[in-house]
Amino acid sequence: MGALVQISLTLQFINLLAAMLLLIVFAMLGQRRIFSLINLFAWQGLVLSISTVVVAYSTAQQHLYYSAALTVLLKVLILPWLLYRLIRKLNIRWDVERLINIPTTMLVGIALVIFAFNLAAPISQLSEGITRGLIGIALASVLLSLLMMLTRRKAVSQVVAFLSLENSLFFAATSATQGMPLVVELGIALDVLVATFIFGIFFFQIRETFDSLDITHMEKLKDD
Amino acid sequence: MINNPHFILAILFQLTQLLLVVLAAPLLTGWVNQCQAWLQNRSGAGVLQPYRVLHKLFHKDMVLAHNASWLFRLTPYVVFACMWLAAAIIPIIAVDLPFSGAADVIALVGVFALARMFISLAAMDVGTAFGSMGARREMLVSFLAEPALLMVLFTASMISHSTQLPGIVDALAHHQFVLYPSMGFAALAFGIVLLAENARIPVDNPGTHLELTMIHEAMILEYSARHLALIEWGSSLKLFAYISIGIALFIPHGIAEMGNWAGLPQAVGFLVVKMLLAGAALSLLEIVTAKMRIFRAPEFLGTAFLLAVLGLLIHFLLGA
Repeated sequence: MGALVQISLTLQFINLLAAMLLLIVFAMLGQRRIFSLINLFAWQGLVLSISTVVVAYSTAQQHLYYSAALTVLLKVLILPWLLYRLIRKLNIRWDVERLINIPTTMLVGIALVIFAFNLAAPISQLSEGITRGLIGIALASVLLSLLMMLTRRKAVSQVVAFLSLENSLFFAATSATQGMPLVVELGIALDVLVATFIFGIFFFQIRETFDSLDITHMEKLKDD
Repeated sequence: MINNPHFILAILFQLTQLLLVVLAAPLLTGWVNQCQAWLQNRSGAGVLQPYRVLHKLFHKDMVLAHNASWLFRLTPYVVFACMWLAAAIIPIIAVDLPFSGAADVIALVGVFALARMFISLAAMDVGTAFGSMGARREMLVSFLAEPALLMVLFTASMISHSTQLPGIVDALAHHQFVLYPSMGFAALAFGIVLLAENARIPVDNPGTHLELTMIHEAMILEYSARHLALIEWGSSLKLFAYISIGIALFIPHGIAEMGNWAGLPQAVGFLVVKMLLAGAALSLLEIVTAKMRIFRAPEFLGTAFLLAVLGLLIHFLLGA
């Protein structure tokens, strides 16, 4: 009886964290300022690592502790710091420009969440383990991050959207399959880190070429 | 039925709650104002100030516009009665009061809407520019706040399988502790709705009637003396009722069982502590936020609706 109650409590806690992840992605979707966007990304990483620790604790898998530590180090500390530094170096403090206004984006977001929940319902029937209902939330976060990449105009916020997409996939992996092998996670973490470095270099290149980080300018390339 | 001792007891409970609410509501407003004064390093007028204001207004002579119709004169009584009725339906000190069976949460929203409709019509009745402007803004804000409030109440109803507030409170207060992420979302949404519906700071400024951006104050500019007193008292009751709904939905622990006199002091004690905390939180929130432009209000309330819908969806997916 005691074990049953405990499992249901951890499951409740993971559910709560999943809901917070979804909320953070929505907040990112509606965010106007680039600094707050990066703060939210750091919060997302923190919630993600807490949920990984809870899954690790409830399934007694040692390697998930390492990946949680890696998440904190990389996604809560290093990547936000890198992005802050980039923004300061590029001297961009403008508000985020978007193609669609915020209320419309939010409504599209709700539609995406409903779509994702419906899509995930049969998948989570197949899945075993303690975290079945979470695939829908992870899928919804993935779709919302994609939406954020689509609706943002500036390169920096698109990169934050990409990183949030990666976070959502990571959450899907920990919730549905109780984590990938540690080697794979290390590889992905390194990839993300390197990608952020390369994005940073890209930002400088884009700005040197177009005098702006607005990627719509890149469409004019073919006219020249 | 009248001879049934249980029925008499229930009526006594109901009357206790009614009296308590109507007497304590200005105290809550005074407490919120006093907290704000402290946070702004002012000494403040004291928590009893709303009573003094009401006393003053009830003893003043009334000034009525020449072209004010019966509607204008009727509205303060309707508003006050609606808010008092709402406070009678909500389980504040005990669950299963006799009046609460009369209306469920949807009817409760309807009672608030009735008061709003009357006050908006009365604002337009005299025909001043400020009145109709305030009425239009009030309608803009409330037609966005109402669906969010309904969604919040639906989430609670889905969890407890009841649209009656006593049923919801009973299900949430007296069962094993469960974490409900959906209720967390609903609580955030409810907070936003509470701020908007009670004319608090991010949406409206309750402390001034000199701003062009005012909403609630613009509607009641033409009222004076006992009419104004009733409307102010009604506003206090509305704030009290909204915070009581919040307490009933999200932190109902400690409420008394029906007919349990021994549990009543404890329930009142819990209520006082929760109200003090809620009032302090409200004033803190008002201090740290700036009033937003009126055209930002739809986005703010859209966020409330979004949060409430997300809560409902998460309840469907996770069953929690």
